[in-house]
Amino acid sequence: MAGPPFPQHAAAYGDPGEGRNPGSVPTSLLAVEGLAKHFSTRRATLKAVDGVSFTLEEGRSLGLVGESGCGKSTTARLILRLLKPTAGSVRFRGRELTALSQAEMRRVRSQLGIVFQDPYASLNPRMTLRNIVAEGLRVWHPEADLDRRVAELLELVGLPARFGRRYPHELSGGQRQRVAIARALAPGPSLLICDEPVSALDVSVQAQILNLLADLQYELRLTILFISHDLAVVRHVCERVAVMHLGRIVEIGTRAQVYDNPRHPYTAALLSAVPVPDPARRHDGRRVQLAGEIPSPLDPPSGCTFRTRCRHAAERCAVEDPELALRGVDHPVACHFAADLPLVPQP
Amino acid sequence: MESLASEKPISPWRLALRRFGRRRPAVISSLVLAVIVVGAVFADWIAPFGAVEQNLDDILQSPDGTYLLGTDTLGRDNLSRILHGGRVSLLVGVMVALIAGGVGTTVGLLAGYYGGLIDAILMRLTDTLLALPGLMVVIIAARLLGDGVWDVVLVLSGIAWMTLARIVRGKVLTLKEQEFVEAARALGVPARQIMRRHLLPNLVGEITVTASLTVAAAILAESTLSFLGLGVSPTHTATWGNMLGGNEGFVITAPWLVWAPGLAIVITALCVNFIGDGLRDSLDPTQENL
Repeated sequence: MAGPPFPQHAAAYGDPGEGRNPGSVPTSLLAVEGLAKHFSTRRATLKAVDGVSFTLEEGRSLGLVGESGCGKSTTARLILRLLKPTAGSVRFRGRELTALSQAEMRRVRSQLGIVFQDPYASLNPRMTLRNIVAEGLRVWHPEADLDRRVAELLELVGLPARFGRRYPHELSGGQRQRVAIARALAPGPSLLICDEPVSALDVSVQAQILNLLADLQYELRLTILFISHDLAVVRHVCERVAVMHLGRIVEIGTRAQVYDNPRHPYTAALLSAVPVPDPARRHDGRRVQLAGEIPSPLDPPSGCTFRTRCRHAAERCAVEDPELALRGVDHPVACHFAADLPLVPQP
Repeated sequence: MESLASEKPISPWRLALRRFGRRRPAVISSLVLAVIVVGAVFADWIAPFGAVEQNLDDILQSPDGTYLLGTDTLGRDNLSRILHGGRVSLLVGVMVALIAGGVGTTVGLLAGYYGGLIDAILMRLTDTLLALPGLMVVIIAARLLGDGVWDVVLVLSGIAWMTLARIVRGKVLTLKEQEFVEAARALGVPARQIMRRHLLPNLVGEITVTASLTVAAAILAESTLSFLGLGVSPTHTATWGNMLGGNEGFVITAPWLVWAPGLAIVITALCVNFIGDGLRDSLDPTQENL
């Protein structure tokens, strides 16, 4: 990344430290507690997100992985209050976001950036790239020299400044995603939420975007919440990983803990499905097949919601809902038998 | 990175214009309509006779070299009246489209974007007005108001905006779920700016098309009203509608008096509709072909 230094970014912008308590125990930048979103229809209630809790320290990165439909993207939208949570709390720099009014929430938004999955849908087809990137600047830094700042932002994400005059339809998917990142960074956020930022892209382009995000995180001291269904991608980007299944986190830990010593059978199954590029280190038939489809969130199984697909399921699993807890292992797992299951770490 | 040709960027508007140019009916209609508009606007200079000029020696003349479209019972030149009358018809059409377009867009935008109570109130109002029999409402309203041009514009605008409001609301409902609108919300862009910068530009196709259809409908409605004697009074000015209505008794004896304004109405409405169709096709951004 040959981006120019970006002096006015992140911490240099205003004072984002409101509500911080310097000196004492560092509060998490983001603390999510019991977050839930239930969609009610006339007949049933869909629990898209059902009690998600995690913390994210400043400057760190957390990956949220799971199959499609498990509530990852809904979690992102709840944190940003693009959707209103049914229950739970979202604390940003110690400040409760769920209690804020629309107007108060709007003022916090300069601190929160998001990059969406589909770079075709996330850019307004009728705006030039300059206006797309300038949008956040106009709102939060109206005094700034827009042309100069837009040029800086475009260069920061690896696009030539003259692209400002182009329209989204003239760009490739990877270039569009760079624009989306530039737009998200324009107000100078400290937290960047990436919702499947590379899953719509070609594999070769995925690597470029992932490297860009890694560089940006380092240069701008960003905190990143990275949402993906792709464990290989998350492993590349994130220091900590949370695995979601049917609206809940079933396992959370550091990259090493989760990847090298998975304690939830679901995590183990996901890991065994990751393709290994080296034929000498293939899975040797240790691929864990999951039985059936992900259960309907409209009618989840009793007890452990994973038990219908789990080959280790026992009677207890149908009765008792396993909480996410340290169960004699080194990181929290939502499985009754976390300490005992013979789960093989993948190569 | 530099995979793009160094061609100058083409704006979506430019692409739309290009696509419009490929649609023959729309282009021809634009030319015909342009002729009609010029004829109406510059009627004072183009028309061979004055708007109310009478030649009592030449009553009910059939079309000839002097009177290209004949004369009426008062010895007025039919062509000159058509040209002057076009002003009112076109003015009513355009004004109704503008007013109804503005009201319909605003109502649809607010209802679609805010949802909830605002949506419920605005849409029930729209439904109620849509449920009323249009012609009856117009007739009653026309009685209550006057018989001037602006009274007619007001009355017709009052019942013309609902369709657009529904269309805009529907499109806004899908647009606001799109990620670029979510992205703007996530950036903290105020609602008014989201509507202006993100929603409106993406509604231009729907609005233009519906408004152009409204132009044709308003011209026809004005004619109907005038034909029924409820539109612009012939004592104010000639309109295609009141020419048609005033001369209905001469269908057999002096058919040019009926044919000329009738054809003027039909051709204008047809042109406007063709142009509307062309706009709909060319403003649709999903059509990528040039």
